[in-house]
Amino acid sequence: MQSDLTLLEQVKSGKIWGFPGGIHPPERKHLSNQTPIAQANLATHYYVPVKQHSGKEGEVLVKLGDKVLKGQPLTKPSTGLSLPVHAPTSGEVKEIKPHISAHASGAPELTLIIEADGKDDSVPAQPFNDWQAPETDALIEHIKSMGIAGLGGAAFPTYIKAHPAHDIELLIINAVECEPYITADDVLMRYHAEEIIEGVEILLHTTGAKLCLFAIEDNKPEAIEVIKKACEHKNNIDVRVVPTKYPSGGEKQLIQLLTSQQVPSKKLPIDLSIVMQNVGTAFAIKKAVIDGLPLTERVVTVTGESITNPQNLWTKLGTTVEDLVAQCGITAEKDQRLIMGGPMMGFNILDSQMPVVKATNCILAPSKYHVPPRGVEQACIRCGDCAAACPAELLPQQLLWYSKSQEHEKLEEYDLFDCIECGACAYVCPSQIPLVQYYRNSKAEIRQAEEDKAKAEKARIRFEQRQARLEREKQARLKRHQEAAERRRQALNQDDSAKDKIAAALARAKAKKQQQSEAPKETGKLEDTSTAVDNSTDAAPNQAIDPKDKVAAAIARAKAKKEQKAKQALENSKSEQAPYAESKSSPTHEAQEQATDEKTPEQIKKERVAAAIAKAKAKKAKESSNENEQAAADKSTMTEESITDKQDVDASESQALKTPEQIKKEKVAAAIAKAKAKKQQAKHNADTLTEQGNE
Amino acid sequence: MSIIFYSLLALAVLALIFGAVLGFASIKYKVESDPLVDQIDALLPQTQCGQCGYPGCKPYAEAIANGDEINKCPPGGEATIKNLADLMGVEPKSLDEAHGEEDVKKVAYIREDECIGCTKCIQACPVDAILGASKLMHTVIVDECTGCDLCVDPCPVDCIDMVPAPSNNKYWKWDQVLIPTKTIN
Repeated sequence: MQSDLTLLEQVKSGKIWGFPGGIHPPERKHLSNQTPIAQANLATHYYVPVKQHSGKEGEVLVKLGDKVLKGQPLTKPSTGLSLPVHAPTSGEVKEIKPHISAHASGAPELTLIIEADGKDDSVPAQPFNDWQAPETDALIEHIKSMGIAGLGGAAFPTYIKAHPAHDIELLIINAVECEPYITADDVLMRYHAEEIIEGVEILLHTTGAKLCLFAIEDNKPEAIEVIKKACEHKNNIDVRVVPTKYPSGGEKQLIQLLTSQQVPSKKLPIDLSIVMQNVGTAFAIKKAVIDGLPLTERVVTVTGESITNPQNLWTKLGTTVEDLVAQCGITAEKDQRLIMGGPMMGFNILDSQMPVVKATNCILAPSKYHVPPRGVEQACIRCGDCAAACPAELLPQQLLWYSKSQEHEKLEEYDLFDCIECGACAYVCPSQIPLVQYYRNSKAEIRQAEEDKAKAEKARIRFEQRQARLEREKQARLKRHQEAAERRRQALNQDDSAKDKIAAALARAKAKKQQQSEAPKETGKLEDTSTAVDNSTDAAPNQAIDPKDKVAAAIARAKAKKEQKAKQALENSKSEQAPYAESKSSPTHEAQEQATDEKTPEQIKKERVAAAIAKAKAKKAKESSNENEQAAADKSTMTEESITDKQDVDASESQALKTPEQIKKEKVAAAIAKAKAKKQQAKHNADTLTEQGNE
Repeated sequence: MSIIFYSLLALAVLALIFGAVLGFASIKYKVESDPLVDQIDALLPQTQCGQCGYPGCKPYAEAIANGDEINKCPPGGEATIKNLADLMGVEPKSLDEAHGEEDVKKVAYIREDECIGCTKCIQACPVDAILGASKLMHTVIVDECTGCDLCVDPCPVDCIDMVPAPSNNKYWKWDQVLIPTKTIN
């Protein structure tokens, strides 16, 4: 590992190393670098995309119909990597809508459409006078607010690179401009050398770099001369003339050329304490800091064999390709291609309304002879020319196979992401395979796959959380229902009125049944029953009470309860109601009532069934006793039993607070006893009758 | 005789020791869930669309782990089948047409004028990607929509369309042309 000192020492020796691969396409720069930089005509409409840099777009500050002045910020940078855009001229904001973007896809992006008023009035310049102060934060903020992005092509926000967190040893100014046809940097250097060097000094100050290397390709002798002259007395700026080879202007390739160091895979130049800026960016920084002008225009080369007057133009950002080309004139051949960028890395312009943005350095209208359109793709013949041309030392053939078969893992294994998409491989390919297209597609696919995977993971989490939530809700619902049921049960146990209602209803039902069952026998047996009541022992009162009385009492009780409830509204304490209920009810009922208190509906039902059975039995017995006297012996034994049962009934009356089951049993027993007593009575009556008869 | 006895004893002791160690390990180092199911689940597209016949991706992953076919996932398409084949060590098959065809990624779109606010689609969405309330207009969170199609059927007014997912420049493939090309003269 080399120390930084040796890096600087090595660099200071002035040696130019090299990088592998590379090609020498026809330069054709002479077309456009013969004239000074002209000014593009003021257009009627400017299409300013909100996002012209890599990162996030800013917030739009203007509304429809707003009057804007040249240099007025139209957006405010949002958080993260973000830059503002400024009005390129004075006029009115006509529309804010998606418009064809300056991208290979042409996919519409949010664009501010400004109708120029022709005056080109600008806001007052805001120079940053004290840029040499040791504290650079305000200066960096100023550079950001002026919307400076890297003008080399990637449009990376400059304020990040101008103020890196890392210590910087070396600043490299990239004025190589290796792509054929393009001369924007060349002419800028020729006519604005002093200003560029001022910008470089500002960059040296903000980055804290000890040395600046100004790299120019040797096919620009005029530019080299003026730049050398401009930095004659600057001992920390060295001009390096590099041999013409494509793509020596690539960031990693240029670093390798000047320092012999390779930027490791997945690392940035900053990891080598190196920062690289484009020469145009240096000029824009000078304009922003010393002249106080935001980035609203840049040099654009309009060139190509089909352009009548190929030249470089100061072009306001947002000018459409159509306006620019119209100014330079075009003699279109059949199927004329228009390219944004150079012939190697540019893309076809799909719509002439595409605007010039911060990254646009060239509009190219080449002839078919000089930049032939892509031919028919042939099979790879494994010649290996692509591998020899690759400046990143990749294996283009392998990458092609894996791209075609979409083996993403293999592609990453073969370092697809180190491909700088320079197009050297496709340029040398004898089979005219558009290799870079395959790589770009594969890169997009891999990124898409990664995003899809992240999305799938998110969807899975959302799905699982939803399932968990539904389960939680289900459980909560279940619990709520259970609690409600529990509350109802408790309320039933506590609330006498409800119980009384049930009791009343039961009693009513019982009475009805009894009435129905007694109706036939009432006619003849009423007398007998009354005598039986008189004759019977302890059990008699219990039994003798007319069911109708019971019903009446229960109904009365229920009514009283209702009234009370209405009076006391929410108050349903047992202590208050119980004595009230007791006072109303006859002492005979008390036991029964208390017993009913503890009964569940099922028990009550059973009891009712038992009672009904008992009644039915009694009826039968009566009938049979009336008709049949033979069973006398059996019945006498039953009478004995009934006496013991009667005692039980007494017990049930006294021991009211027994378990429901016991009570139930007792009740059943009581019912049976009652029935038996009845039978016995009937029999007794019959016996006496027969005895009387016998006598 | 004593040799046999001692050797048997030694074997018995060893068997007991190993049995105890294995028994302990099986409790102590018990794997909570089947890792294969999780691996399969990670390969599935998580649309939770149920086109495979299982109520979600996880159940299908379990089914695959238990020997079900790997070609029942239309949203995943050939790529998922290939990945599953690699994982399971079987030959990739073509997608089972009975479960649907591979299609471009879609997202649900609610025609908001027609939405009556019945919340039925909200209940159907497996990933909670639909926002709305009773009798209020609903809308789809496009970023969260998996394009599973499950909200389309429950809609009583048929106001949900499945539209191709919006693409962005970030992942633009260079052979796709998004806008019609215009020739300049």
